Amino acid sequence: MNVLLDHLPEFRDGFIGTVLLTAASALLAMVLGLVMAGFRVSPVPPLRFFGTAWVTLFRNTPLTLLFLVAWFVVPAVFGTGMSPWTKALLALGFYTSAFVCEAVRSGVSTVPLGQAEAARSLGMTFFQTLRLIVLPQATRTVVPPLSSIFIALTKNSAIAGAFSVTELFGVQKLLSDKGFAIAPIFLWVALAYLVITFTISGLFRLLERRLEVAR
Amino acid sequence: MSGVSVTKAADDAAPAADDLVVLSNVNKHFGALHVLQDIDLTIARGEVVVVIGPSGSGKSTLCRTINRLETIDSGAIAIDGKPLPQEGKELARLRADVGMVFQSFNLFAHKTVLENVTLGQIKVRKADKAAAEKKGRELLDRVGVGSQADKYPAQLSGGQQQRVAIARALAMDPKVMLFDEPTSALDPEMINEVLEAMQQLARDGMTMVVVTHEMGFARSAANRVVFMADGKIVEQATPDQFFSNPRSDRAKDFLSKILHH
Repeated sequence: MNVLLDHLPEFRDGFIGTVLLTAASALLAMVLGLVMAGFRVSPVPPLRFFGTAWVTLFRNTPLTLLFLVAWFVVPAVFGTGMSPWTKALLALGFYTSAFVCEAVRSGVSTVPLGQAEAARSLGMTFFQTLRLIVLPQATRTVVPPLSSIFIALTKNSAIAGAFSVTELFGVQKLLSDKGFAIAPIFLWVALAYLVITFTISGLFRLLERRLEVAR
Repeated sequence: MSGVSVTKAADDAAPAADDLVVLSNVNKHFGALHVLQDIDLTIARGEVVVVIGPSGSGKSTLCRTINRLETIDSGAIAIDGKPLPQEGKELARLRADVGMVFQSFNLFAHKTVLENVTLGQIKVRKADKAAAEKKGRELLDRVGVGSQADKYPAQLSGGQQQRVAIARALAMDPKVMLFDEPTSALDPEMINEVLEAMQQLARDGMTMVVVTHEMGFARSAANRVVFMADGKIVEQATPDQFFSNPRSDRAKDFLSKILHH
């Protein structure tokens, strides 16, 4: 108990760090994932190829390896201006986008083909068809897997702690290095993660219910 | 109705300059199946062409190639003098001028009936919302589903859904309307309400290509009947000629099977 109360500022900073990093990476992953899903179902072969390559690369690379690339390869290629937080954001966002892309794509394939044919027959472009007709109808099937993906993202963000980004898991290292008993620290860190992941699953359950009511 | 047919028949003699849809030497394969074989078909402005034939004869595929929902392997298709472009903005523009009504309605399930008939106007034609809704309601009234405007498609009967689909296509002011077996998914008692809407459209002078099994509609509304079998156009004639005196054995066989029961 004392560990938590005595180091509330550290825990608080770690908690906020994890929430912010998770939220920012989730946003980046969502945008990239949607774009890549659009590429993967597009009628243009080079775009399809790019989307497939993106998913293959980022889904099959261990996240820690992506962090190492962000830390040591990215600065060598793009210069050294990036903060550790930004590098962590990129590694987490790119990695998670591959999973978002596949969840969205599986949702797209549940929408009957006739919906897209009707939209194209009205003269809508491919992207209008996707945005106005297909994706809104895919949402309901995409929401449950997205919830799991973002919970995984929350826990994956712990790797950033090992790369000296201020977040929850780093608090554990900080305090155990100072010689505090490990078990209570772990307990509090684990509970803090639970708060975040429960919030995510709660929000998504609400969203699911909203989408059920609509129509 | 026969009076209408007579005046329509006069249009058939219109000069070639008024050809709206021209298919020349069109071929298409589905794998090993040669589903369209050297198809030549010309549809004049204001003409109502009904395509009939046994299942698997390629008539639906033919209909879908006209707005390039199906690509073709060789040959050429032109609409109002313009060849069908590749997939992209230009094709989208051209498709907006070609109305399509599907067997399975394909109304946008997440949009209300009114939204279904305004979406294309707003997003493709860039009409403003109020004007699009006014026109949408008029068209819904015209096909007799005006009172359903705020419902979702799933709350409507099949016949109502198909009439909304016709209104949705008309909202784009198409030059030609394609009907791909519009009544084949309907309960028998709902077929007439859809056919009546189509007959009204034919009387108003819309250019129509109708793939159907409704011989009554072919008799009463068509200027020309195109009979397809095994990927080929076997016979073309006016409805009277075709139904009373088919020339080909294939057509005689087909008609004897569908008319004698």
